[in-house]
Amino acid sequence: MFDQLDQIFVTLKHLLMGYVPERWQPLVSAVISIALIPVIFPGLFSIVTILERKGLGRIQNRPGPNRVGIPFTKIRLAGFGQFIPDGVKMLTKEDIVPRAADKVVHFLAPVVMLIPVLLAYSVLPFGKNMTIADFDAGVLFFFAVGGAVEVSVFMAGWSSRNKYSLLGAMRAIAQMVSYEIPLILSAVTVIMIAGSLNLSEIIAKQNHYTAGIAHWYVFTPWGFVGFILFLIASLAESNRTPFDLPEAESEIIAGYFTEYSGFKFALFFLAEYLGMFAICTLGMTLFLGGWTAPFACLTWIPSWAWFFGKLLAFVFLFIWIRGTLPRLRMDQLMNFAWKFMLPMALINIVAAGVWHFMGADSLRWVYSGGILAVAYALLGRGLMNKQKLGKRTYRYAE
Amino acid sequence: MSLPFLITAIVTLFAAAAAMSLRNLVHCALSFVVVFAGLAAMYLQLGAQFVGFAQILVYVGAVAILIVFAILLTRSGETPNQAVIAPGWFYGIAISAVVFTMLGWSVLNSKTLPKEIAAAPETSVKNIGDVLMNKYVLPLELIGLLLTAAMIGAVIIALKEPSKTDNAGRKS
Repeated sequence: MFDQLDQIFVTLKHLLMGYVPERWQPLVSAVISIALIPVIFPGLFSIVTILERKGLGRIQNRPGPNRVGIPFTKIRLAGFGQFIPDGVKMLTKEDIVPRAADKVVHFLAPVVMLIPVLLAYSVLPFGKNMTIADFDAGVLFFFAVGGAVEVSVFMAGWSSRNKYSLLGAMRAIAQMVSYEIPLILSAVTVIMIAGSLNLSEIIAKQNHYTAGIAHWYVFTPWGFVGFILFLIASLAESNRTPFDLPEAESEIIAGYFTEYSGFKFALFFLAEYLGMFAICTLGMTLFLGGWTAPFACLTWIPSWAWFFGKLLAFVFLFIWIRGTLPRLRMDQLMNFAWKFMLPMALINIVAAGVWHFMGADSLRWVYSGGILAVAYALLGRGLMNKQKLGKRTYRYAE
Repeated sequence: MSLPFLITAIVTLFAAAAAMSLRNLVHCALSFVVVFAGLAAMYLQLGAQFVGFAQILVYVGAVAILIVFAILLTRSGETPNQAVIAPGWFYGIAISAVVFTMLGWSVLNSKTLPKEIAAAPETSVKNIGDVLMNKYVLPLELIGLLLTAAMIGAVIIALKEPSKTDNAGRKS
């Protein structure tokens, strides 16, 4: 029975395909699979915006949105209806294009940004047998389309003819290029150990249990370090606090989308959140076993439930970090990427190699973990050395 | 010729023409990005997944950004006023047409070119990986070593912070 529940969406689709003439089946099947992505994930986006506002409100000791419920009734749903008026507001706002702006590029930028983000979803596994395009080179595809986002950021920043937009775009591109390296290098360890670029196969490699505990890669020394590196880099890639310099509203207003309003702004907003979900899903797939259960006794829960549960847990973590940490400075951001994340990711590859070649020897925990601990300590010392850390002194504010 | 091929071919050629003839350099660079993406789409249609993805990753993700930054850092925002098509364009087209015909003629009549086109080999990403890891493992590792060395070198250059003193005499 649980198996049926697990495969309910796959079975439903097969049932539906039974009513379609055979000639049209490949096309209809593709359309159904594709159409679900722009339905489910923007839906998740609208719920997450409320969760984020309420979560930040909770952290900042205020209630957050709590008024809007079901219209014409007194039911408030604790404010969870808020995303509907928000959406209507976004759609009906005036679309302002600056007079000096490059009209065509200004119009294309939000569209160009959304396309690669949606494309990235085609390789992600949402559950058992639930991947739209199961490429051999899924990981490669994901990073390839991710690289296209930078072009659209530049388009938005440059076409607005606004110094804040251009500054924001420059910051965003510099940040994305810098953090892409540790992001990919930390993913490389998983590809090395799993021996595959196919995301379904990477999950299959993690989907077995010893003493009731799953063989997720995060439970190994290199996997743990890789996961932390991936998490930090994915925060930076999705422009979330503490790496939200590209849009830092107190410094450069809203960065590259300063000059966007109405629906185009909504598209940027949507692309940003969909990008965040996609990169969370990739991190989950690489290190946390994708849709698999952490303990053997919990495998009866459907895989898609695990998927969305883990995704929401990730999003919660991101909201929590946003509510807790202050924004970094530009030089701190770059220093952190190039002087800490990059060496650590390279050493992590060495540690993963040691882990792989020591085979089943349990000493590999000591060696692999030891390399990483020593590297962490030395790198940390090296970076702290020249900094004079102590009580903060203000140059102008006193 | 299939419909997807026609669409990508037309878009790619159109974008290539735009990249050559547009006035604004940034527009040219952006059209160039479309050319890169169109080429990647063609590789994918030919079943060359790996080359297609690498094309997007390297050219759209990195080279395009490099070009765009180079334009931004070296030029002012003003577009040049003179016409793109220079007075000598007629001779240029004539010479390039002659050269193209010559090259095409010699390639088509070459004796080293096999007359029968061999069946395309089955290349999956897995095959490419196998070949890279067995036959060409030494060149691959050398390139990897070179790139890693370049990356570490860049970090080491950036690590040295020359201690400057600003106008007020503070160490920064």
